[in-house]
Amino acid sequence: MIRGRAHKFGDNIDTDGIIPVYAVNLSDPRQLGKHCMANLDAEFAARVRPGDILVAGRNFGCGSSREVAPWSIKGAGIACVIAESFARIFFRNAINIALPLVVCPDAARATQDGDQLEVDLARGEVRNLTRQETFQAAPYPEFIRRLIEAGGLVEHVRERLRTKT
Amino acid sequence: MTLAEKILAAHAGCESVEPGQFLQVRVDMVMTTDATGLISVRQFRKMGARRVFDPRKVVLVMDHFTPCRNIESAEVVKELRGFAAEQGVRWYDVGRAGICHVLLPQEGLVLPGEVVVGGDSHTCTYGALGAFATGMGSTDIAAAMATGDVWMQVPVSLRFNYHGRLRPWVTGKDLMLHTIAAIGVDGATYAAMEFGGEVVAGLDMDGRFSMANMAIEAGGKAGLFEVDQQTLEYVKPRAGRPLTVPAPDPDAAYAQVHDLEVSDLEPQVALPHSPANAVAVGEAGQVEIDQAVIGSCTNGRLADLRLAARVLEGRKVHPRVRCIVVPGSQEVYLQAVREGLMESFVQAGAVVTPPTCGPCPGGHLGVLAEGERCVSSTNRNFIGRMGSPGAEVYLANPAVAAASAVSGVICHPGEVVKP
Repeated sequence: MIRGRAHKFGDNIDTDGIIPVYAVNLSDPRQLGKHCMANLDAEFAARVRPGDILVAGRNFGCGSSREVAPWSIKGAGIACVIAESFARIFFRNAINIALPLVVCPDAARATQDGDQLEVDLARGEVRNLTRQETFQAAPYPEFIRRLIEAGGLVEHVRERLRTKT
Repeated sequence: MTLAEKILAAHAGCESVEPGQFLQVRVDMVMTTDATGLISVRQFRKMGARRVFDPRKVVLVMDHFTPCRNIESAEVVKELRGFAAEQGVRWYDVGRAGICHVLLPQEGLVLPGEVVVGGDSHTCTYGALGAFATGMGSTDIAAAMATGDVWMQVPVSLRFNYHGRLRPWVTGKDLMLHTIAAIGVDGATYAAMEFGGEVVAGLDMDGRFSMANMAIEAGGKAGLFEVDQQTLEYVKPRAGRPLTVPAPDPDAAYAQVHDLEVSDLEPQVALPHSPANAVAVGEAGQVEIDQAVIGSCTNGRLADLRLAARVLEGRKVHPRVRCIVVPGSQEVYLQAVREGLMESFVQAGAVVTPPTCGPCPGGHLGVLAEGERCVSSTNRNFIGRMGSPGAEVYLANPAVAAASAVSGVICHPGEVVKP
């Protein structure tokens, strides 16, 4: 169960907004986390408390393939991202590194900055404690659910390579 | 089946596939760069992989921050150089490289009908050759290097047919900016864009690369062109291996078909801060600029430099403006020297950089300060893309960028080059 404060962003948040190019050569998630969202909100990284939740509109994570974007969100202490929809490469990247994403347009629209949220990933439920509303997220396709259960892509491939030899 | 479905089916060992289906797809080439490659190498090791699946099918291109911009980027390239040597994979470094998406087609590393995955979102560029090419993150690329395949969900296909006859100074870049403005930055999310119609049949390969390159700016997974005589003339001398020519079936099912009449289309300018903010150049208003960039994986090819040189030859860059020309590869650079294009640029007061991604992602060689405005033949104008989050980027074709460099304000090339 994830419980934290919502940090609300708009539509089409791109990867240059999530992690500025001057930081993309970093590889330690905590270091990356210090620059998370810096182009859009310089105080963001300092404001986030571990377990907080990032909430956004349509097409979150559009633009570059830089995997440091989801790494920086994780590194900043964000426990999951709720959005109306996600850009394709960002979606894969986040699933691969086990940053939970929740596709839930109603919850994303109803949530305001600073609301207290509770997310039950297993049941796909988003509860807005501030507004006392509950939302149901879209379930993952079976294939992706198995990938998540395997612990992300690294573990999935590890297992494949191990059983091959 | 559509072009995308045909290629994916062939690489998954299926007779036919349908949108939404999950496949394990065999890849013909895996590409990564100094921007995202290091995490791939680390994930590759974490996966317990020892050798890449096939060293001839893995290519590392040092292009984003090279020649290295600082100690961090030098350390990244050093580690990747070690990995490339250890694995015996294809390796392109300073002096032999270029921007990956200019380089791979030029080197014959991508052919029609192939599947390519790259650790860069503009990998979709190779769709111009009738290949299924898509960008992925570092961990996916690590998995592809280790196993030679990737998981994919078959995308729906969207067909775009362009009709009419292009006006002077209108290029593939303008068609694409116009298309993105029409469908939005998420108009093709999870979808394969397929381009056709008599207008794109008449585009040269460089114009097609520009278009396929920007499929990602509409959220597209891939952007594909049908293979024609021109494609074959481009790839055959470079291929060095057998190739198949895929084609969509006449009864292929498209989720959307867009027929666009483009005879009246003017050169486009995408206003800050979205590639979907495209308007005709005449509607951009009075925009004074500080910098003009001509280059990138979108517009750093020979046809682009020729177009810019036609505008800059015998003219001077406006005293307030820095004009930066970035040839896309060593081959493009050399040919531009031979044709005298470089002389036109230098005489005009433009600077020519080495082949690199350079200013496009705000890496180096032309980073913007707060309050500065840049007209750029690149692909993204997001907040902070080329430097300060307080700078503005206007996207346009190379002729518009060159003409604006001369006049100091964003303008139609016809205002600078009088017939």
